[in-house]
Amino acid sequence: MKLITAIVKPFKLDDVREALSDMGVSGVTVTEVKGFGRQKGHTELYRGAEYVVDFLPKAKVEVAVADQLVAQAVEAITKAANTGKIGDGKIFVTNLEQVVRIRTGETGDEAL
Amino acid sequence: MKHFLNSFILITLLGFAGISYAEPVVETPTVNSAGSVAVEIATTPVPTGVDASASVAVTTPTVNKGDTAWMIMATVLVILMVIPGLALFYGGMVRAKNMLSVLMQVFVIFSMMAILWAIYGYSIAFTEGNPFFGGLSKMFLIGITPDSIAATFSKGVYIPEYMYVAFQLTFAGITPALIIGAFAERVKFSAILVFMLIWFTFAYLPIAHMVWYWAGPDAYTDAKTGETAAATAGFLFQKGALDFAGGTVVHINAGIAGLIGCLLVGKRIGFQKESLAPHSVTLTMVGASLLWVGWFGFNVGSNLEANGLSALVFINTLLASAAATLAWSAAEWIIRGKPSMLGGASGAIAGLVAITPACGWAGPMGAIALGIVAGAACFGAVTSLKSMLGYDDSLDAFGVHGIGGIIGALGTAVVASPALGGTGVWDYVANGVAEYSMSTQFISQLWGVLLCIVWSGTVSFIAFKFVDIMIGLRVSEESEREGLDISEHGETAYHI
Repeated sequence: MKLITAIVKPFKLDDVREALSDMGVSGVTVTEVKGFGRQKGHTELYRGAEYVVDFLPKAKVEVAVADQLVAQAVEAITKAANTGKIGDGKIFVTNLEQVVRIRTGETGDEAL
Repeated sequence: MKHFLNSFILITLLGFAGISYAEPVVETPTVNSAGSVAVEIATTPVPTGVDASASVAVTTPTVNKGDTAWMIMATVLVILMVIPGLALFYGGMVRAKNMLSVLMQVFVIFSMMAILWAIYGYSIAFTEGNPFFGGLSKMFLIGITPDSIAATFSKGVYIPEYMYVAFQLTFAGITPALIIGAFAERVKFSAILVFMLIWFTFAYLPIAHMVWYWAGPDAYTDAKTGETAAATAGFLFQKGALDFAGGTVVHINAGIAGLIGCLLVGKRIGFQKESLAPHSVTLTMVGASLLWVGWFGFNVGSNLEANGLSALVFINTLLASAAATLAWSAAEWIIRGKPSMLGGASGAIAGLVAITPACGWAGPMGAIALGIVAGAACFGAVTSLKSMLGYDDSLDAFGVHGIGGIIGALGTAVVASPALGGTGVWDYVANGVAEYSMSTQFISQLWGVLLCIVWSGTVSFIAFKFVDIMIGLRVSEESEREGLDISEHGETAYHI
């Protein structure tokens, strides 16, 4: 099992959710996050006071999938979140040791 | 408000007599014999101004229902300016953690000033005393009844004194509330209240008396009585300083107190290091709009009557604020690259501040010119002057109200000139427009500006020092970081 963490542009969130649903992923966790990458921030001016906003809003999508679905899920997210412009985000894939479904107590792939 | 031997050319020009006669007269009009200036006047309406021959020395005081109704409306409009207008305008500009502290400061200061006004404020500002302070004869509003009347700017035309007390109360309420913008986000609530008590007593009241107190137009019947009456007026009134609706009394006065405040209190933690950006420019826009609307009560109500001159004040107020909005936005667009909403809102307020002293003497084109100058100059003050001098005037109480007020006060001398479309200054003895000299008037205006700066600056300095020694001005660093809403008021503005 792997945990896929994708940082995407907020307005691409719906496309990503749709792409994952289409390939059979039954659940994701979404968080509004801020951060910076190569895109950098922007400057805001309030009556002459200049504030550099370093951290831009992004959406973080976390999805746990069985090993055989990882490549397909990563491709789906990449395709759905891509605009071709700087700031499209990143995808991190990490090993997942255990998953438990709280209601039934099922573990492993069963719980996904 | 009040002025020199002056103003109000339009009263005669626009046929005030006909307008004022339009009220339903309940009883058969009876012309009181001259001199029976009884307090029952309010209940026995007498047609005013019917006898257009202004040369008749004695006029019968009358209270007009139209004037009274307008003054009730105007007073409500000024209350709208303060709560919620000013509170939201300022509140939107602070960080979310200090939102309630600003709202609460404005709310409580206004309430406190209302009570102080009734106890001794009205009496000190608006009864005869020396040129600097009025007397105490109307403390606790003693002697005022529903039949009491207060003078306007037309001979023989009066309004109920209670309404005059209430209208002036709102001015005394907004002025101290303006000051808090300079040191928002870092001062103890208790310190602010004690400071305001002192400042109201020793800065607002004497300045209001100096600028606005006079015996009323009916005291000026001939040269001799005019001279006697003039000698009882406030110091700046005698100097000839014009301040129609409070450019000096309200805006310069508050702006200077704010400047002294932010210098003595010091900068906010994180000034020019962290983001201190406004938490809601949306609410600031809502507040600015309420101020804008309420300002028609402030300026037009200052005429104390509903007549042709009121209409001039209205159009001047409208045009100056619109012009200043455009000027600020244009300056920001050209110099900073983008026209911001905060800039637009600030521009409107700068224009309103600047036209305040001039609104009864400027012509409409003069008002536009004054608005453009004020919008551009105040933009310069808050963007360049502030960073050059390095003080932390959080919400630009000085940059907008101080600078805008000074521009308006000095600009009044220019735009009042009949040669530039202004009305000139009315001479109540000659019952006509006096000969106008711009340079003489400019000197008079300078008197008002400089005296106000020195007086308000001195009182503010002493008051801030006193409060600092007694209870301390600033909250602790920990409280400031946590936000004044939690540390001073035990609440949070937003639960989202």
